[in-house]
Amino acid sequence: MTTTEIGRSIDARGMPCPGPLMSLIGAIREGKVGDVIEVLSSDEGSRTDIPAWLTKAGHELVEVVDEDGFTRFVVKKVR
Amino acid sequence: MTAMPARITVLGGGVGGTLAANLLSKELGRDAKITVVDPTGMHVYQPGFLYVALGQANGRWLARDERTLLRGDVELVVEQAMSVDPDAGLVGLERGGTLEWDYLVLATGARLVYDSVPGLSEGSHEFYSLAGAQRLREELRRFRGGRIRVGIAGIPYKCPPAPVEFVFMLEEYLRHRGIRDRSEITLLSPLNRAFTIENASKVIQPFMEARGIGLTTFFNVESVDPAAGTVSSLEGEKTEYDLLVLVPPHRGQQLIDDSGLGDASGWLPTDRRSLQVGEHERIFAMGDATDLPISKSGSTAHFEAPVVASRISSLVRGTAPRTNYGGRVMCFLETGGGKATALRFDYEHPPTPPQPNRVWHAAKWMFNRLYWQTVPQGRIPERAPKERGAA
Repeated sequence: MTTTEIGRSIDARGMPCPGPLMSLIGAIREGKVGDVIEVLSSDEGSRTDIPAWLTKAGHELVEVVDEDGFTRFVVKKVR
Repeated sequence: MTAMPARITVLGGGVGGTLAANLLSKELGRDAKITVVDPTGMHVYQPGFLYVALGQANGRWLARDERTLLRGDVELVVEQAMSVDPDAGLVGLERGGTLEWDYLVLATGARLVYDSVPGLSEGSHEFYSLAGAQRLREELRRFRGGRIRVGIAGIPYKCPPAPVEFVFMLEEYLRHRGIRDRSEITLLSPLNRAFTIENASKVIQPFMEARGIGLTTFFNVESVDPAAGTVSSLEGEKTEYDLLVLVPPHRGQQLIDDSGLGDASGWLPTDRRSLQVGEHERIFAMGDATDLPISKSGSTAHFEAPVVASRISSLVRGTAPRTNYGGRVMCFLETGGGKATALRFDYEHPPTPPQPNRVWHAAKWMFNRLYWQTVPQGRIPERAPKERGAA
């Protein structure tokens, strides 16, 4: 369980790849430095796409949690 | 006693709106009074913009009078719709009039929002409007070599294969002009591959490599500096260009914003199967206007229109609607050199595109030619037999 306060939650469950990543990119675009964003995705591709994008874009992957039938990504905008 | 005909208003005379209106007219006859409202009254075949930009077609064959594509008993109102009142069943028109409806079809498409990316209008070209494609054609004629970057300034955007098709066709164009060796082509992709769909990327990327077309991944355009000739990404990268071609950001139409029906980007919250808008049982949406997680393309609207027409017909007849949209989309993808591949998929089945070949290229050209006589009138089967009548 995360102790970080979630500022925005994106429920991308049921969205095919690359929907969850693109929704996250949109949220990062609109957000402020320090914002914590949660993405819920049931798409397998997100497990590689989301961490790869965060590494490239220089934002922090705070947490990845396997839930029942989906994965929860907690992300912090750092620049 | 004869019941009053149902009043059905369709906003938008593109692929989806035109086909839905014609199918409703065919199905309901005198039981419905169908009105299409379109701001220009001209039906534009948008897949043709790509060919205009590369000098392979002029603008004339891309537009026809919408009146000539509609069945005789469908009324056409050439006026900008300004607002929708879902509770009163009204559409407000630009010149102050109103239309009353019992059922409403929102086929309003997407608009291009150039001003949401700094420097975009001044620093880049596009082929997502006829005027933009014509300007790009002139710019390409003047081009004598240099660095061409092709990218995407916002997702979602119409016709996801178009930027990939453009780089392939551009490569061929530069070769024919004898300036390929003095030119560098790079596709700036927002994802970690060339195309949104992974299976399609696997087919496309080796072809790009073979043609010497560069690929920069995870490049989500943030701003353009026309004076410096650079484009910057959200990911913190910057690249120089001599000619920049960007897909402009898209959003839903102003009237959707003004009516409070859309989400933050102006897309209509649409049920993925029934195509009903939100909780409004008599409003349906299709095509680029929806928030569905599938391609924004004419093909999508083409496959959705029969579902909307069938569901409204059932409601008018007082029977339970049974037809659902399964997410079907079919797109051609030109890979240059007289070859193309095809992407066919739905909600449950990702595409497995064949290796690019001449047959699909010929099929795309045939479709471009036959469009006017087939698609708006519903003469091409919209659904595979197994999908018909599926609950």
